[in-house]
Amino acid sequence: MNKQIARRISKQTWGEWSWGWFLIAPTIIGLIVLNIIPIIQTAYLSLFKSGDFGRGNIYVGLDNYRKMFSDVQVWHSVGNTLLYALLVVPTSIAISLIVAVFLNGKICGKSIYRTIYFIPMVAAPAAVTMVWRWLYNEHFGLINYLLSRIGADAVDWVGSPKLSLISIAIIGIWSVIGYNMVLLLAGLQEIPKDFYEASDIDGASRFRQFFVITLPLLSPTLFFVVVTSIIQAMQVFDVIYMMIDVTSPAYEHTVSLVYLFYNNSFKYSNKGYGSAIVILLLAIILIITFIQMRAQKKWVNYM
Amino acid sequence: MVRTNRMPRYFVHLLLVVGAILMIMPFVWMLLTSFKSVTESTSMNPFVFFPSAWKWENYSEVLRQNNFPRLYWNTFAMVALRVVCSIVFSAMAAYAFARLKFPGRNFFFGLVLFQMMVPTQIFIIPQYLMVDSLGMRNTIFALLFPGLVSAFGTFLLRQFFMGLPKELEEAAKLDGCNIGQTFVRIMLPLVRSGMVALGIFTALFAFKDLMWPMIVNTNSNAATLSSALAKIQGAYSVDYPELMAASVLAIVPMLILYVIFQKQFIEGVATSGGKL
Repeated sequence: MNKQIARRISKQTWGEWSWGWFLIAPTIIGLIVLNIIPIIQTAYLSLFKSGDFGRGNIYVGLDNYRKMFSDVQVWHSVGNTLLYALLVVPTSIAISLIVAVFLNGKICGKSIYRTIYFIPMVAAPAAVTMVWRWLYNEHFGLINYLLSRIGADAVDWVGSPKLSLISIAIIGIWSVIGYNMVLLLAGLQEIPKDFYEASDIDGASRFRQFFVITLPLLSPTLFFVVVTSIIQAMQVFDVIYMMIDVTSPAYEHTVSLVYLFYNNSFKYSNKGYGSAIVILLLAIILIITFIQMRAQKKWVNYM
Repeated sequence: MVRTNRMPRYFVHLLLVVGAILMIMPFVWMLLTSFKSVTESTSMNPFVFFPSAWKWENYSEVLRQNNFPRLYWNTFAMVALRVVCSIVFSAMAAYAFARLKFPGRNFFFGLVLFQMMVPTQIFIIPQYLMVDSLGMRNTIFALLFPGLVSAFGTFLLRQFFMGLPKELEEAAKLDGCNIGQTFVRIMLPLVRSGMVALGIFTALFAFKDLMWPMIVNTNSNAATLSSALAKIQGAYSVDYPELMAASVLAIVPMLILYVIFQKQFIEGVATSGGKL
């Protein structure tokens, strides 16, 4: 009798095990082939120098890394990427938060506003950047035309080394507001209405309510939005690629790490150096994520 | 109740309307420019807002010079295949990770989490080399390749499965369902909203992806809408009306889907954000 039960249990357990393995197999095999092996390969490739026309790899040890640390362009791209993130992340989150708070109240046309603000998210960055480039056009652009109407001088939004990163950041902010707003709005709707009613009775002002109730209770959502926004911003590529050509005078002041990675790996076919750059990107993202995880304890309230 | 520091409603509306105009203005300008002649689009004095005659020739010219039906098909095939693969494989793995006990579960789930933390560019060179060595460049398969499985989808759907009550499976077991039947017949229909959200995410990011199609499908007949636009911009960088016409053609499919399924789009993003 006991033996029979034991056999049945083990048969059942065995069944569960095999179902488990069977169900995860496609995903795990896919992850190993598509992601895990490539990480190792990228790290390995970063120790090689690609020969002419990408043929024949020569082992160079840590030379790519040495070259990278003394390459001014790499440091420019690190600076540009960080500056881009610094311009886009706080601004876009602040605007999204304001819009989300506005839309969280009883306001008519709420879903229309939400729909409109989300539109940039569904448009391909390649197309969106093209129209922004046209809006930014120094001689025929709508923005400079409107500026000229109020008596301002024409501005070279795209070609000026000083301005171009800001112009790019504006596109980045514009694209992501709707997405962040939807996430924050979902977070705001989780906050129980009683909290506001109770503080209404206590006579708290709207601004005080925002800082004492809304912000702390929204902090888990806000944390999620901050983390994903930073990671997204650190990987900026499409907009800069579509906007700034390698020959542009603004290139040095706008090239991001991923753009530099793309150029080295696929334009100049130096996959070894490209790999070293992307490993640097990985290191920077891991450091930032680590800092955020530590900082999280200081400002995020989980109920 | 009188509130001294409460913003008047019309002021809130004013801000929201200004914001909404800024959000759609680039699209309106794209559409208006796409119907202008080059002379009109570059006329500053007087500045032309609306085209005097709606010039459809810009569209016919863009359609003549680029194989748009082919681009639509490539993009559609890539998006559809990635959506199907990510939903099917992620749902399977997610259920196993959420509900089944088996040796190696934590280790394998660790792989999923690890993949999510790493920037995707790190996979691109080796993925390209794999596609290249298979001789599969400039194919639909190449476009699908990095999206065959989804760590993000596995994580997301696992959260949905974990939110379902355990009693369901116990009841199914008593009724004689095996694990596979329980998964397909009982659990899968209950995470439909999660699968819709994952499908929307996958479709959106596949549609917007620029770097991978640009690298792997260099042949212009194998390009996607995004990667073709990058090429078109290089080809005629001065003719903005035609560039805008090409842009309109490229964003229209997703825009139509968004207008039809806006509720699913927004709720998909909202629910998934809460689950991560």
